[in-house]
Amino acid sequence: MAFAGRRDAPEPPDFAILKRLARDQLIYLLEQLPGRKDLFIEADLMSPLDRIANVSILKHEVDKLYKVENRPTSSTSDQFCFLVRPRIKTMKYIADIINADKMAGRSRKYKIIFSPQKFYACEMVLEEEGVFGDVSCDEWSFYLLPLDDDIISMELPEFFRDYFLEGDHRWINCVARALQLLNSLYGPFSKAYGIGRCAKMSYELWRDLEEESESDSQGRKPEIGNVFLMDRDTDYVTALCSQVVYEGLVDDTFRIKCGSVDFGPDVTSSDKSIKVLLNSQDKVFSQIRNEHFSSVFGFLSQKSRNLQAQYDRRRGMDIKQMKNFVSQELKGLKQEHRLLSLHIGACESIMKKKTKQDFQEMIKTEHSLLEGFDIRESTSFIEEHIDRQVSPIESLRLMCLLSITENGLIPKDYRSLKTQYLQSYGPEHLLTFHNLKRIGLLTEQSPGETLTAVESKVSKLVTDRAAGKITDAFNSLARKSNFRGISKKLGLIPRVDGEYDLKMPRDMAYVFSGAYIPLSCKIIEQVLERKSWLGLEEVLRLLNGNEFSVTESAGEDSPAWESQRIILTVFLGGCTFSEIAALRFLGKEKGYKFIFLTTAITNSARMMEAMIETKA
Amino acid sequence: MSRARADEEEYWHSSKFRAFTFDDEDDELSQLKESKRAVNSLRDIVDDDDDDLEKVSWSGDPVGSISWSIKETASSSTSSLESRDSSLQKGYSSYSAFPKQASSYSLSSLFKGRNKLPSFQSLSDALSDTGVKNYAPELRRPKAEYKDYSSDWSPKDTVRRMQRGKVCSLERFRSLQDKLVLLDEAVAGHDGNIITAVLIFLKRTLRKEILFQELEVRQVALCHLIHFLKETGEQKLLLDLLRFLDRTEEVALSQYREHLNIQDVEKRREFLKGCIGLPFSAEDTSHVQDHYTLLERQIIIEANDRHLETAGQSEIFRKYPRKASILNMPLVTTLFYSCFYHYTEAEGTFSSPTNLKKTFKIPDKQYVLTALAARAKLRAWNDVDALFTTKNWLGYTKKKAPIGFHRVVEILQRNNAPVQVLQEYVRLVEDVETQLNLATKYKCHDVVIDTYRDLKDRIQLAAYRCKVERGSAEEEKIDSILNNTQIRWKN
Repeated sequence: MAFAGRRDAPEPPDFAILKRLARDQLIYLLEQLPGRKDLFIEADLMSPLDRIANVSILKHEVDKLYKVENRPTSSTSDQFCFLVRPRIKTMKYIADIINADKMAGRSRKYKIIFSPQKFYACEMVLEEEGVFGDVSCDEWSFYLLPLDDDIISMELPEFFRDYFLEGDHRWINCVARALQLLNSLYGPFSKAYGIGRCAKMSYELWRDLEEESESDSQGRKPEIGNVFLMDRDTDYVTALCSQVVYEGLVDDTFRIKCGSVDFGPDVTSSDKSIKVLLNSQDKVFSQIRNEHFSSVFGFLSQKSRNLQAQYDRRRGMDIKQMKNFVSQELKGLKQEHRLLSLHIGACESIMKKKTKQDFQEMIKTEHSLLEGFDIRESTSFIEEHIDRQVSPIESLRLMCLLSITENGLIPKDYRSLKTQYLQSYGPEHLLTFHNLKRIGLLTEQSPGETLTAVESKVSKLVTDRAAGKITDAFNSLARKSNFRGISKKLGLIPRVDGEYDLKMPRDMAYVFSGAYIPLSCKIIEQVLERKSWLGLEEVLRLLNGNEFSVTESAGEDSPAWESQRIILTVFLGGCTFSEIAALRFLGKEKGYKFIFLTTAITNSARMMEAMIETKA
Repeated sequence: MSRARADEEEYWHSSKFRAFTFDDEDDELSQLKESKRAVNSLRDIVDDDDDDLEKVSWSGDPVGSISWSIKETASSSTSSLESRDSSLQKGYSSYSAFPKQASSYSLSSLFKGRNKLPSFQSLSDALSDTGVKNYAPELRRPKAEYKDYSSDWSPKDTVRRMQRGKVCSLERFRSLQDKLVLLDEAVAGHDGNIITAVLIFLKRTLRKEILFQELEVRQVALCHLIHFLKETGEQKLLLDLLRFLDRTEEVALSQYREHLNIQDVEKRREFLKGCIGLPFSAEDTSHVQDHYTLLERQIIIEANDRHLETAGQSEIFRKYPRKASILNMPLVTTLFYSCFYHYTEAEGTFSSPTNLKKTFKIPDKQYVLTALAARAKLRAWNDVDALFTTKNWLGYTKKKAPIGFHRVVEILQRNNAPVQVLQEYVRLVEDVETQLNLATKYKCHDVVIDTYRDLKDRIQLAAYRCKVERGSAEEEKIDSILNNTQIRWKN
């Protein structure tokens, strides 16, 4: 993929310090409850915790580790420490433990460490449950978990539902603080771009924090020059597509959790599962993660042949050479061998699963939806998918993709697909459909009135605050996707002349087999190219605006600074591995280095699952 | 001690209303911090002219309360080294100075632009300016309410302090006006945590109808309250709110949602029965009705079948013991179950597939797919055959399917149907290319051979010869066709 005469992308800054900061703070907080104690950890925090500390570090401070779950504890320690997310449910669980102890006349010390921050609502619950004075509370400001050289995750998957479905702004403060921390360590950022309401609010809150803080970063040489914030609802389409770059496929198939994956027996071809860390340290993975799946096989078999050749060299070695070989090379080769066999196993398993699922037909349907052809045919494909009770999540995903690309389903289709869905997967999904409608992922085209007429009426309502009632209709209209128009304006569907060479990609569309350039990435590309939103007015109108671009420190726009080519892209509501791969590709082409800050790694399944109601 | 002051102290000592603070821990440090905050807050007051102007223009009304404007003065004049109680006294004394300050401005001067008052140069001027702009002449208020603390902050500062996780009392925001300014500041601050905190306070100190009414025009705050009520499980208040907002459909769905938490099937069924009358959309009403009917059926079927199974009389249950109960399963799964265990039952019984099909208006396509999968699983090929056989008016039988025959083939193949069965359906696939692909894939040699013969494709047929077993009937058939001189091969 080498092109002549392009600038090399600069190296990303070192984010290891973020881990150290988080670890040190945690240990400090644990020390605040001196003596032996048991630590109760929220399930969601375990994997992130694993990435920054290990049991031996915790063992200095902690006797036993428990998972926070709805079961009474059998621990006999007289000090309990809870490491939790600020959730009401968890507060009730803790209050129950304390109240049970009180009833039993048992006295213990309790401490709650909230990560990344505590919420007033949580304290209210503690107060209501009558345990407010019995616990001490602390905050572990663990906002940022570096998953890789260029990926930082906030590990807040609930951000998506909380903000986009419920309209709750509770995590915006965390985003602002994360930006503040990154700015103080790797900034000052000289330019900020953004699109989306949440992006705007996060930016404003961050600026507020900056103005207040006394740290003076002026004159420091920044490591990261630009920041780009984007709301997930700017582009749902990309997140809804089946992923076909290797890392995305692995995520869709096996679920990458906090940068590592559990490969089951079908991959390891043994009877046990293996947990594998997937990042740039993995020499095999780092070379295939961004590749289209079809190029991965070739690469792996080439790699295997090389490995074989290296092993074969030991034939005909004398004793001394053999000794050298064993002491110096063998370990590396063995390691590589292990990794190779794992990834080959993973590929096989993916292939097996995908052929079973009519993957080919599904991709074909997706591509038709993206291009806007054969809508009827795609609709019946989705219908049949539902009737056959194939994965409920996949069915939802396809319906959403149909809805977003078509600006809503026609009422007849909506009704019939919904009915069949409820019959196939359970009537309680009535609630799922309601949520999807509210968030704007699966809507019904309103019959009669043209949208523009409704729009103008609604916007009148909005400006006239006294008139009061802003209806739900407005909410869903505000999220009208306009995908076709945007796609046309930005040229998201590459014109095909002959076969798209997936091994030698010419644009970001390769991450979707050459059929579609991810909208989110295209926007970033366009804005960076123009260094502003100028000329994108029409697209912005279709995207419902809320864009901004601010130069933080004037005069420091010196292009000589490498930092100007390092861009912190902030995805509010999650980003997919396909988007990461696409931007990595763009970075290589244009000499940028993208750093990804996301509230969580997401994919279509996670997004759909977030819309499903579960019992309390 | 004046009467008013005595009243006030009594109020604070006897009141069951505890000061609303979120964090009371750091008593000793707080004093020192307090002074630092006071200094810091000055900067906001001095700098944020624009924001203050905005406050005035927000609704055209004067915003803020008297105690608020006093506080602005107090925070600069009162020593913050005093404890809260003593600051109450001292602050009180500054109350007497207040009317003088206010009286120097006419009402109309409140609405003058800032630069028309050139005397505002010093810090204290700037402060009183801020105070005046936000001053609301609420003369009817009892004197006892004119209190302040050194820790009295403007709504904006209160929000800001809460955002930084600092001690902050909301208790003194007592007038509706004050509460709403506080709420609007919280919303403007973008931090949902604070918005919810203010809402908790408002919810506690306002009658719900008043709160609801104000939230109706504050969509962001409204979302926060709804989410909060959902999370804390305050279902009753949530429903009241939704009803107030006329969101009847959400009222219905929110109630329906509760069924998820009911484990006991009988109770769940009863609950669902109660849901049918809720104000769903017409479409959803029928879905909920179906949900109820389905569970009702499942309970009956489950009881019968458990009995049958334990009695050990029925062959099908002995041969294929049930892996799980049918309760709470989707309709299609129930249909599959009934096609599996109760296929031949008369339409009159609740467990018969035809009854299910009728009751729930299951489309043909869905029915055939499900029945096919169930009968194929049992390897009941005759049933499969019957499923697709139709007779026309002349008595001829014909195979018809509401789904593509390639799907039929796929389902049969997945259930390990023998080649004889499989190839019959492969032949029915309309598209020749698909047919050939399927036939090759599933080794339906006869179909492949016949198709090549019909296509007059000698080369392909010859090539296929090496794919069949040597000496088999298929090989013989290929040979005889290839040797047939009557066929006009296209190649």
